[in-house]
Amino acid sequence: MTMPIYVQGAWFAGALLFIFGLKGMSSPASARRGIIIAGYGMLVAIAATFLIPGLQNIGLMALALVIGGASAWISGQKVKMTDMPQMVAIYNGMGGGAAAAIAAVEFARGDAHAVMTTVLAVVGALIGAVSFTGSCVAWAKLQGVLKKAYRLPAQNAVNVVLALLSVALGVAMIIMGPSRPELVLAFFFVALFLGLIVTLPIGGADMPVVISLFNAFTGLAVGFEGYVLGNPALIIAGIVVGAAGTLLTQLMAKAMNRPISNILFTPMLASSEGGAAIEGTMKELGALDAAAMMRYASKVIIVPGYGMAVAHAQHKVWEMTSILEEAGVEVKFAIHPVAGRMPGHMNVLLAEAGVPYDKIFDLEEINGEFAQADVALIIGANDVVNPTARTDKSSPIYGMPILNADQAQNVIVIKRGKGTGYSGVENALFYTDNCRMLYGNAQPMAGEIIQHLKAMG
Amino acid sequence: MDGMLALYIFMLAAFTGYEIIAKVPVILHTPLMSGSNFIHGVVVVGAMIVLGQADTPVQQAIGFFAVALGAANAAGGYVVTERMLAMFKKKED
Repeated sequence: MTMPIYVQGAWFAGALLFIFGLKGMSSPASARRGIIIAGYGMLVAIAATFLIPGLQNIGLMALALVIGGASAWISGQKVKMTDMPQMVAIYNGMGGGAAAAIAAVEFARGDAHAVMTTVLAVVGALIGAVSFTGSCVAWAKLQGVLKKAYRLPAQNAVNVVLALLSVALGVAMIIMGPSRPELVLAFFFVALFLGLIVTLPIGGADMPVVISLFNAFTGLAVGFEGYVLGNPALIIAGIVVGAAGTLLTQLMAKAMNRPISNILFTPMLASSEGGAAIEGTMKELGALDAAAMMRYASKVIIVPGYGMAVAHAQHKVWEMTSILEEAGVEVKFAIHPVAGRMPGHMNVLLAEAGVPYDKIFDLEEINGEFAQADVALIIGANDVVNPTARTDKSSPIYGMPILNADQAQNVIVIKRGKGTGYSGVENALFYTDNCRMLYGNAQPMAGEIIQHLKAMG
Repeated sequence: MDGMLALYIFMLAAFTGYEIIAKVPVILHTPLMSGSNFIHGVVVVGAMIVLGQADTPVQQAIGFFAVALGAANAAGGYVVTERMLAMFKKKED
């Protein structure tokens, strides 16, 4: 179908606005403007589509737009910042589902297609479907609906067989033409099932990387379906996201020192399966002493972890930081790349509490500064400051880059109990001589420290 | 569409995506993942095109499903990204 020039032009403008918007999003100062620009691009592209001559089912289309758009708009307004990763996962899954459904309609129409078109339609449908069910599982896990990691016996073999089966069905569709309904149905069934089975055994700690991977998948699926529909705007938007998402996935996997293939095919070892025993004892400390140590320090580095976010302590922590700064203490925040449930998630949570982004430093920027810090305050973080990752080859987290909090003069750890972190590995830092434990919930504990700081004047 | 021309578009778009992300600070990774998630919400345009051509009830049903999912991707992706980015600010002087 040839499109009139005004529709083509509007789509072109949309693609241009997407790229400008994404470019804007790559720097904190212009990021908000970036998403708004991209938003206009989307409105222009959607509005232009209504102007295609001979468009049928316009009422149905408007209804679907309103139902899908409004429900997502409302749920997106309500979601808490801590729950953001699963929300991104579910919206992403919907995009993948939409791409797969586009292919399904094309197959059902059974138009005489060129081989290239059918190939890309099939590939796009496959990865779109995998992204759809996989993202739904990722959502269910992070939301806590699915609590366990389900692992089949011979999981990897099952994955491979399902993947090969879906590819074989896809090839059959390409060779015989996609007009056989039973073949198309079997193909979609296997592809959807594949996404489910691959994602189910993956643990919560690895989920951010998986969400990012599915984000890239959906982008590629959209790009391929864009080719099928002869729509360059879809191709550009989809492939840009596919490439960006792939890079982002690699960056994340690197930060965790876990190759992507490892995350998909080997689960993290359970607690007792690795790591040397640690000698020594954990030494406790009271809130008053902690307040005094930080009040009379010249430099404090705060290492927040997901535990802080779960305890909703970020506002209190920022209040505490402001008091310390007024007293002349230099305070910085050190963020591990995988702190939170997505890379950069912790930055969002701190931003929500009002912490300016120029106080927040990532691992490479700040790791050299711990040695000059008087106090490293660790709040609800564990594995990301565990020095065994540097030294103990038998530890499951060996090789993961960590924040060098152990090099600070004093380390204070606010922690709910004596348990281990997300990976289940004992933390050698807690047993070192310069480390003191402050047991309690992060929010009331930060509140107590604030009271003591105020009393000190 | 011309296959070769499409291949060039694929290549340039992939390069663009890679270049834009390569220089992004870690603090923006979450909003950026969410923002790129919003951008592939443009799939809704493709969904509208197929629904606009659908002429059997089955095609209409799948097309309807596609438009609703695509619209949710776009709207949800926009809202959560905008909410996150609205919070990023510099230290007030």
